[in-house]
Amino acid sequence: MSIRATNVTKTFGDFVALDDVTVDLPTGHLTALLGPSGGGKSTLLRIIAGLDTADSGTVEIEGVEASHLPPQKRNVGFVFQHYAAFKHMSVAKNVAFGLEIRKRKKADIDAKVKELLELVHLSQFADRMPSQLSGGQRQRMALARALAVEPSVLLLDEPFGALDAQVRKELRDWLRRLHDEIPVTTVFVTHDQEEALEVADEIVVINHGRVEQVGTPDEVYHQPANDFVMSFLGPTTTLNGSAVRPHDIDVFNQPVAGPAVEGTLTELKRIGFDVRATIDTAGGEHVTVHLTRTHADERGLDVGQRVWIVTSAERRPVAQTGLA
Amino acid sequence: MVATSGAARLRPGRTRRTPAADQLQAGSALALGISTLWFSLLVLIPLAAVVAAAAADGWSDFWNVLTSSQTAAAIVLTVTQALMVTAVNVVMGTALAWVLVRDRFWGRRALDIVVDVPFALPTIVAGLVLLALYGQNSPVGVNVANTRFAVFLALAFVTLPFVVRTVQPVLEALEPEVEEAAQSLGASRVTTFRRVILPALVPAITAGAALSFARGISEYGSLVLLSGNLPNHTEVASVRVLTYIENGNRAAAASVSAVLLVVALLAIIALDLLQRRLRRHEG
Repeated sequence: MSIRATNVTKTFGDFVALDDVTVDLPTGHLTALLGPSGGGKSTLLRIIAGLDTADSGTVEIEGVEASHLPPQKRNVGFVFQHYAAFKHMSVAKNVAFGLEIRKRKKADIDAKVKELLELVHLSQFADRMPSQLSGGQRQRMALARALAVEPSVLLLDEPFGALDAQVRKELRDWLRRLHDEIPVTTVFVTHDQEEALEVADEIVVINHGRVEQVGTPDEVYHQPANDFVMSFLGPTTTLNGSAVRPHDIDVFNQPVAGPAVEGTLTELKRIGFDVRATIDTAGGEHVTVHLTRTHADERGLDVGQRVWIVTSAERRPVAQTGLA
Repeated sequence: MVATSGAARLRPGRTRRTPAADQLQAGSALALGISTLWFSLLVLIPLAAVVAAAAADGWSDFWNVLTSSQTAAAIVLTVTQALMVTAVNVVMGTALAWVLVRDRFWGRRALDIVVDVPFALPTIVAGLVLLALYGQNSPVGVNVANTRFAVFLALAFVTLPFVVRTVQPVLEALEPEVEEAAQSLGASRVTTFRRVILPALVPAITAGAALSFARGISEYGSLVLLSGNLPNHTEVASVRVLTYIENGNRAAAASVSAVLLVVALLAIIALDLLQRRLRRHEG
């Protein structure tokens, strides 16, 4: 295990940021710490980096007990949400910083900086100042700067949080490819479940200072350990008193065999290729169903119709309800 | 990832001028005109008048005034004391700003307000306070009256806020993440300060130093009581100017003033060059 946090607790006054958290983050993986704001995920990342200290508990990095090491000695690369660029230094100087601190030979530094700037596609911006770069470019510079010191783990705190949607999407695809190229153990914090599902090998869901579930994107999405994970990872609706994903329900305009629920189609919204239907069941539930446009057209659905709905049988067993 | 720099060049051309643009230009031309007039009336014309008055009696008179040993001594004393005080302010002012921004201690807010007192106090009152405290009958047993140190002390007192007040807002605006980034890259606290924080503060420190020096060479009220104005020893340039005026020698007074003006300009230019040099070195 590359990073092991054991029984980590951290409080800020009365607020419990981390409550006896234990996680193992495997070597070479790209792991997402996913959870709502204020859930403690950034605090955990900062404790791993040594930027915050835990009240109790230990942190091991690459088998070395690191709890009492200062950030300088942990060999951790850290990327901040707002880039934390050294504004008075050129892009190349920013990237070279960690190597200059380590008193490497000038020729070696230049070679390494050149290589990294190529990796993050910033070669032509080497002599620019950070203020002359876009947000996405600044974040790639920050990533190159963190990678320059060849860290044993790379930690990213909401790395795409300050970027607009288009750039965010580009950059997370790029981060995934980069990680496949350079498989350094990487942990990133995000509150965006789509980002975590798309990019990560493994997801640690954190809420209220506790780990709710650890698993692959498929596991946390399709086999959520509890209602919180179920609702945080994607949309849910209630059918027969149980929480179900709206796209795990099929709709028919005639009676079908099996345990179908009868209801009235009260709303049909078309959003691009998605169709969202609302069905009021005889039992008084308002069930939301997500269908593709093709699927909805095949079924010939219309508002006011009587319909029969069935959960897709091959899907995962559903968690018990009690959702907000 | 697509380079975005090209997009900036593809803005629509500025060939068509809208009425709104013309109005805006007329407005800003008016503002420029008023600013220039105001600045000229207050600053440029009086400065030109001083230089003209200094040169009124010809170069030889100008030169004679400056080379009279008493005047030369006063100018040298003023400039050296102002330089020393500025050097001290650069260090102590930055330290004070640091403490005010970064440290949390009892009385911090009070200190933050008190820092401005030397600036707000009428200088002659400051002089009186210093004389009462560090004069012949000093209650604390420190008597620096009629010494050059009195000049230094008075200048240090009145110029204290300048560097503090220019550095403080810049220090407040520094993101803590930048320092954390430096630390996680392996930089010690000292290295982080020297390579990350200090370069960000240099423009503010330079500005504060320029203000501090300019105030130092022009100071009168705060030092006139404690220094004793002994010719060739503790007499400063501004006291010399007043003496010349009291003796009806306006041209000589203008000569000394012109020299102070040139020294102030040189100091501002020198600090500006220094700041550019430091930046280039770091970049």
